[in-house]
Amino acid sequence: MTTTSEVLPEPAAVRPAGLASAISDALVLTERNLIGYVRIPQALFFSTVQPVMFVLLFRYVFGGAIATPGMSYVDYLMPGIFVQTVMFGAVSTSIGLAEDLQKGLVERFRSLPMASSAVLAGRTTADACRNVFVLVLITIVGFLVGFRVHTDALAYLAAFGLMLLFAYALSWGFAIIGLSAPNSETAQLMSFPVLFPLVFASTAFVPAQTMPSWLQPFAEHQPVSVVVNAVRALTQGGPTARWVIPAILWSVGLLVVLMPLAVRRYRRSV
Amino acid sequence: MAAAIEAERLVKVFSGGVRALDGVSFTVERGTVLGLLGPNGAGKTTCVRVLTTTLVPDAGTAAVHGHDVVTAARQVRESIGLAGQYAAVDENLTGRENLRMIGQLMHIGRRDATRIADELLERFTLTDAADRPARTYSGGMRRRLDIAAALVHRPPVLFLDEPTTGLDPSSRNAVWTLIEELVGLGTTVLLTTQYLEEADRLADRIVVVDRGTVIAEGTAAELKSSLGQTVLDLRFPSPEDAERAHSVLARRPLGAPTRDGTVVSTGIEGGPHEVLEILRSLEEAGVRASTMAVREPSLDDVFLDLTGHRTFADEEKEQR
Repeated sequence: MTTTSEVLPEPAAVRPAGLASAISDALVLTERNLIGYVRIPQALFFSTVQPVMFVLLFRYVFGGAIATPGMSYVDYLMPGIFVQTVMFGAVSTSIGLAEDLQKGLVERFRSLPMASSAVLAGRTTADACRNVFVLVLITIVGFLVGFRVHTDALAYLAAFGLMLLFAYALSWGFAIIGLSAPNSETAQLMSFPVLFPLVFASTAFVPAQTMPSWLQPFAEHQPVSVVVNAVRALTQGGPTARWVIPAILWSVGLLVVLMPLAVRRYRRSV
Repeated sequence: MAAAIEAERLVKVFSGGVRALDGVSFTVERGTVLGLLGPNGAGKTTCVRVLTTTLVPDAGTAAVHGHDVVTAARQVRESIGLAGQYAAVDENLTGRENLRMIGQLMHIGRRDATRIADELLERFTLTDAADRPARTYSGGMRRRLDIAAALVHRPPVLFLDEPTTGLDPSSRNAVWTLIEELVGLGTTVLLTTQYLEEADRLADRIVVVDRGTVIAEGTAAELKSSLGQTVLDLRFPSPEDAERAHSVLARRPLGAPTRDGTVVSTGIEGGPHEVLEILRSLEEAGVRASTMAVREPSLDDVFLDLTGHRTFADEEKEQR
């Protein structure tokens, strides 16, 4: 009998199972997503334009009207901008997954004998890499408009790592949105109602004391404020443990909850 | 040896109560092509999705290459290739990168994955475009790349969900030749299509589904012969005349007539004199045909007879 082996290559090697295989799959897909970002540099470039605009807007337009106790407004502002930037970046997780779903790529991946976490892990990891690039860029912009780190490089790196962790956790949440959306445009629209209250009803741009009293408890304790305050403490000085520990707990907590929910949603996705 | 694909009374009900599959059973022998035909929404894609493990059935069982699609999904996935309705390739990756990615996800190893990618590109005449992003590919190239991606791990069973929908005739022919080659080499293929010509050319057996159930099954020749030896097409000056003629012909004991616009078709069994009888009975009823044709039955006729739709391609046109 003639078999396929005469023209097609030898059969696939025996697959390793378990965690090593899941990590390998995730890395292959991370690479795939990163290639996508590199191939369309315009998308990456223009996604950094918005945060730069925010820097300029708050630094030079609104900033004069906002009083910040104990530090200059630009030093107060930049940690908020950093966190806002990685959060807006998390929307790209939902857009990217909605696109893969729409184009039938998810269907193909689901028909392959690969880990069901790999598509999500590959996307969120690629988005974390993207965040590294964007955060470096925004830090440079911050320095250009007068932002300074008043602690040391190590503390800044700790802040950087904390923001990456927080954004990574959020990515898994936005992955759920992406998997639930009928297309990428809707995924983007669905992400904003989640994003806006978290970013703006926070201490990212203005101190909570200026807000109405009913909003203050939320603005002071919600995770974005906690992370922003931790980044402020790490870059500007002051008691760090009070904010950094809750910020880590929030990030890890969100990750532990959102990751399995996202994988479950993926398994059920169309 | 077990059949390549065995579906037993598959049921899938979607939220909203749509019974996409309502007890579908069929068997595909190894090394053969099964054409799964049916109008849009008949349950073809749902069926493919159940058999490729991306959807879990609500009832019934199915085995692919001897593995149960629910309890041994991983083994099934290792035995199948899927080329979907929309060419599922990553547009930002080049052709070579797309195939290499699938190879790596199959744990073939980067070097082997690259070699296999190159061989497939060569075989699918995509070598010249291998290093261009897939978004620059034409529809036909994309479809070839999509099918190539389904073949990276040399699956013994291949699922092709409408592999030529939206392709121009020459690309369609190229895909057909490719499928024929694969089958010649021992691959089992389940093919869904809306094109009767495609099923006629490629499929050893045809299963017709409509509203989630199998309404006919057999070889193309068997399905056609169910309509009788010959088909008579009569065109009338107006749809009203055609309708009247239809009701006259419906009284005949043989070959239930079908109407499509101003054309009424009916099967004839008894030879030329039967045509005369038909024309006479129409004359008596006061309707006169403007043109007449006698021909072999086509799969189109089978469909019209079974589903009440003309060809699916026509149906698509109407929807547009």
